[in-house]
Amino acid sequence: MLTRTTLLGNIWRYGLLSLGALVMMLPFMYMISTSFKSHAFVLELPPRLIPTAPTLENYQRALTTNHFGLYFFNSTVVAVSATFVTVVLSAMLAYAFARWEFPGRNALFYAMLGTMMVPALTLIIPQFVLAKQLHLLNSRWGLVVVYSAGTAFNMFLLRGFFEEIPQELLDSALIDGAGPFTTFWRVALPLARPALAATAIFSFLGAWDEFTWALTAINDEKLYTLPIALRLFQQQHGTEWGLVFAASAIAVLPTIIVFVLFQRHFIKGVMSGALKG
Amino acid sequence: MDVAQPNTSVPATPQPRARRRYRNATTAYLFILPGMALFLAWTVYPLVYSFIMSFTEWNLIKPSRFIGFDNYVRALKDPVFWLALRNTLTYTLITVPGQMLLGFTAAMLLDQPLRARAFFRTLYYIPVVTSWVVVSLIFTYLYNGQAGLINWVLRDGLHLIDKNINWLGEPFTANLAIATLGIWKGVGWTMVIFLAGLQSIPQEVYEAAAIDGANGWQRIRTITLPLIRQTTLFILVLLTIGGFQVFISVYVMTGGKPLHRTDVLLTYMYSNAFEFLDLGYGSALSYLFAVMVFALSMAQIRLLRRPVEY
Repeated sequence: MLTRTTLLGNIWRYGLLSLGALVMMLPFMYMISTSFKSHAFVLELPPRLIPTAPTLENYQRALTTNHFGLYFFNSTVVAVSATFVTVVLSAMLAYAFARWEFPGRNALFYAMLGTMMVPALTLIIPQFVLAKQLHLLNSRWGLVVVYSAGTAFNMFLLRGFFEEIPQELLDSALIDGAGPFTTFWRVALPLARPALAATAIFSFLGAWDEFTWALTAINDEKLYTLPIALRLFQQQHGTEWGLVFAASAIAVLPTIIVFVLFQRHFIKGVMSGALKG
Repeated sequence: MDVAQPNTSVPATPQPRARRRYRNATTAYLFILPGMALFLAWTVYPLVYSFIMSFTEWNLIKPSRFIGFDNYVRALKDPVFWLALRNTLTYTLITVPGQMLLGFTAAMLLDQPLRARAFFRTLYYIPVVTSWVVVSLIFTYLYNGQAGLINWVLRDGLHLIDKNINWLGEPFTANLAIATLGIWKGVGWTMVIFLAGLQSIPQEVYEAAAIDGANGWQRIRTITLPLIRQTTLFILVLLTIGGFQVFISVYVMTGGKPLHRTDVLLTYMYSNAFEFLDLGYGSALSYLFAVMVFALSMAQIRLLRRPVEY
């Protein structure tokens, strides 16, 4: 009797979960399907999930015309550079806050922590004026600088890891004649590798998907990153959904790959953050 | 600055102690210098600068002019500001309970030894990690007024409507469409956090309740919900703050059209600053927004800190 109720419960459970999964995936399935449809079929009735005459023309057009390769290149350069700078700088901050006492330490730490609550978009106007004065508008490096400035969250994440390193380990490196920077680079960083990986993933995805600052700071079409290029595609080719979605599919692919590869760490990280919070 | 020195009552020889404590101060400053410089330049300075700008008339063309509280007074008298505030509140009031209810249900369904658990968890989480721009474009397409999938399902599939709805063209349905996207995108996150809370409940508690003859719903109400109260409040706080910050989906799906009727606080701030180049007014709107979010976070954090009572 017990097994029958369990079986029935499991059927219910799987049924509901599958329905949910369908709702979650259907929009993506439509994106992919439409990206293989020629223009005549993108708004066909009834809407078809499997294209009647699948075609690669949208992908060909996205990749060969419209500077799409350039946008992909811009996004890659900006996201990779920003990730590298963010990880190094936030690790250095976290290490100093975790291992050393210095005047002003708590004040600076709580200042960083406190501003994490300030919604990023509320600073965009003065940031724009500042970027204009520093000639960082319309520049890939300008994007990298601003993306790398958001280190507070990563610093907070990494600090916990650096605090757990036993002092003897760091001392023994010092005794071997290593300076503080060598100790940090050779001993502390390798020990924090899992946390650094998490920081790198979050920073990369954050920079790869960033929309609003790029939209504000970049005017020159040749410097567009993918998110603002997609928006441009939709406006310029308002009804060419096939092209828009071929470009979108290429743009989300790295995100999905990174997520599926690291999903265990990803979800674990999110979960542990919640339990601490 | 002796904030870092907790013990001020150390007598005898404080000097060598202090020197030893701060032995690495120079090194520490060198380590924090680059990150701190960026933080000061791009967060602290803008925070102060924005405050000053909010008291000026600033448009990038003419030199700025101090106008006192005019921008704030203007905001309070601006019907679009109130409309944007109302839309933001509506969005939050729809998406927060929506995500919590669905996320909790999904978490309850997954909080069992299921073979496909990791599979479902991953699928549900994919929208969370996907770019807002891409999902907003997809939903714009699905909500298409003539041949969109959603109209087709409602009309030809379920026969709930007899003619197509111009979803993104009418303020009411557009707000509903944007909120639906918000729920769809956020359920996975809510589910994962609820799962973390559920997994911290020891199995014995449920077994004891089963022996006492409690049914499913009673168990949820008397055991699960009280035990995950902290998790629930954590989710509530983060979703509310997140709901207030809705921007990209509105910007991409309607752009505030028609006639600002679908504007939320951040899109209205953004269009004032970067379309009408009214940077002073935009700054005042930013500050009002930041104060609202701050007050909301504070209120909810107080709620979070309250001890759990059984």
